[in-house]
Amino acid sequence: MLLSHAEWGVVWLSLEVAFLATVSSLPVAIAVAWLLGRTQFVGKSWIDALIHAPLVLPPVAVGYVLLLLFGTQGTIGRWLFTHFGIRFVFTTKGAVLAAAVMAFPLMVRGIRLSLDTVDRGLELAARTLGASATDVFWTVCLPLMLPGILSGSIVGFARALGEFGATITFASNIEGETRTLPLAIYTAVEGVGGNTIALRLVIVSMALALGALMVSGWLENRMRSFLGYGRTR
Amino acid sequence: MTAFIDIDIKKRLGAFELAAKLSLPAHGVLGVFGRSGAGKTTFINALAGTLTPDTGHIRVGGATFFDAATRTNLAIESRGVGYVFQDGRLFPHLDVKQNLRYGQMRASRRQRAQSIGFDTVVDVLGLGALLARRSSNLSGGEKQRVALGRALLTQPRLLLMDEPLASLDAPRKSEVIPYIERLRHDFSIPIVYVTHSVDEVTRLADHLMILVEGKTVVTGDLVSVMSDPLHAPLFGRHEAGTVLDCKLESHDTHFQISTLSFLDGYLRVPAVDLAPGTPVRVRLRSREVALSTRRLDDVSITNQLAGHVAELIERQGPYIDVVVALGHTSIRALITRESCERLGLVPGTPVWALIKAVALDRRSVAA
Repeated sequence: MLLSHAEWGVVWLSLEVAFLATVSSLPVAIAVAWLLGRTQFVGKSWIDALIHAPLVLPPVAVGYVLLLLFGTQGTIGRWLFTHFGIRFVFTTKGAVLAAAVMAFPLMVRGIRLSLDTVDRGLELAARTLGASATDVFWTVCLPLMLPGILSGSIVGFARALGEFGATITFASNIEGETRTLPLAIYTAVEGVGGNTIALRLVIVSMALALGALMVSGWLENRMRSFLGYGRTR
Repeated sequence: MTAFIDIDIKKRLGAFELAAKLSLPAHGVLGVFGRSGAGKTTFINALAGTLTPDTGHIRVGGATFFDAATRTNLAIESRGVGYVFQDGRLFPHLDVKQNLRYGQMRASRRQRAQSIGFDTVVDVLGLGALLARRSSNLSGGEKQRVALGRALLTQPRLLLMDEPLASLDAPRKSEVIPYIERLRHDFSIPIVYVTHSVDEVTRLADHLMILVEGKTVVTGDLVSVMSDPLHAPLFGRHEAGTVLDCKLESHDTHFQISTLSFLDGYLRVPAVDLAPGTPVRVRLRSREVALSTRRLDDVSITNQLAGHVAELIERQGPYIDVVVALGHTSIRALITRESCERLGLVPGTPVWALIKAVALDRRSVAA
């Protein structure tokens, strides 16, 4: 299938945004999943609800909240701009932030599910073998969570690829900066005679999303058997 | 003498309360015996540090693990206690060798003296052929052997075992038991062994602590605790009996019979694969001991020990526990009240205690 130079640009930008969004939120997602799954603290249910909010709120609303916080006039946005010169609105950084926030709850859920399947008895056993709590996290918990971390990341990546509402509201629709696949499809459909462009981009989107899911399924299976899950004798 | 293990703790868990008290010297195996729900696991977890008592103290080998008075609670990983769990708990993402090294590496980082070598453990537990295997590809017995080795390699000052054989079937049990026996002899690490099996206690323990509904009801030397008629109800009608300290005298290779000697005579038992001179322990279940008022020559029963009735103890139901004094030692026979009256047994009556050699199989004889 032949894509124009500009269309390839859209594909690469989408991959870049989705990749950065996933990678930057992954450590936070693991930490939050661990906190929610392994610790008790006051206000835990509120944190849980807050993290899951982007899953149930209209994406446009999330984009608007991001604009309030991280816009050039927003509380955090203004501070970041005056001290570090970091600007989110109209930039790829903004698209990454919007995609990351939208993908975050899905990643946390996936990772936490896998954490729940990690036998706490193994963690206690590791402690009796002389490992500190941090040591146990890195050498027992994390390796056993890998399948979940992987599938959580891929689902998050796919979600970030498809992110539209929050991105267009917060980072706007700027070619080469924030115009990812969904925004480009929207622009093509709105424009005159853009139907074939839209169709081409839809096919690319489908290929990317399905490809990601298939790779994830294959990797997860390999990893599970490597970790010795699901085999008995 | 200061005790190696000095424990006095209380822990409330809902309606259940553990109240354990114990002080023990620095050698041998402590059997912690009790029915399920008696608090055995709670007790051993308090020792390991995976559970914090409400009050009291736990001191092991001069180190204070826990003391409510000084608010001391040593972290699990700093206690230097090896723990073998009922379910093995091998790490599924590591192979056998990496599982074994996990604790060893951390022990050397903590600069614990490496007195137990990797090769020795692999040799003693027969793990050589398993090293490259994944724990998911091991049988239940193999898993427990690896778990034993992994705990040993942490160079522990105390080894805890929580029903390590309970999840194994009978053939696997008899596969693993000899390894635990070897461990007891080859490494001088005190062991706390939790079980609800009288067989395992007899074969492995030197000291015994019995828990009933969370309370320590008796502690002491295994032979005297188990032989005391007062404690018989704790073991139940099927398992209660006497334990005798014996020495292996000789083997009869033709009949495959071994002769054991004890203070008041000899016992002939099915061949035991140990060298003559080895001290062994024999458990005589009271229900498997019969009584006769004379020596019987036309009977198959091999072991006939002369003594006299020392005491008659009424048990629940139709049973009477007869304590037979043999001289220096005594054994017990569980008979019916009917038989007791028919034989006219009263304290002082001369009797012969009859024990089939077949009843004294490998389960009843411990090295």
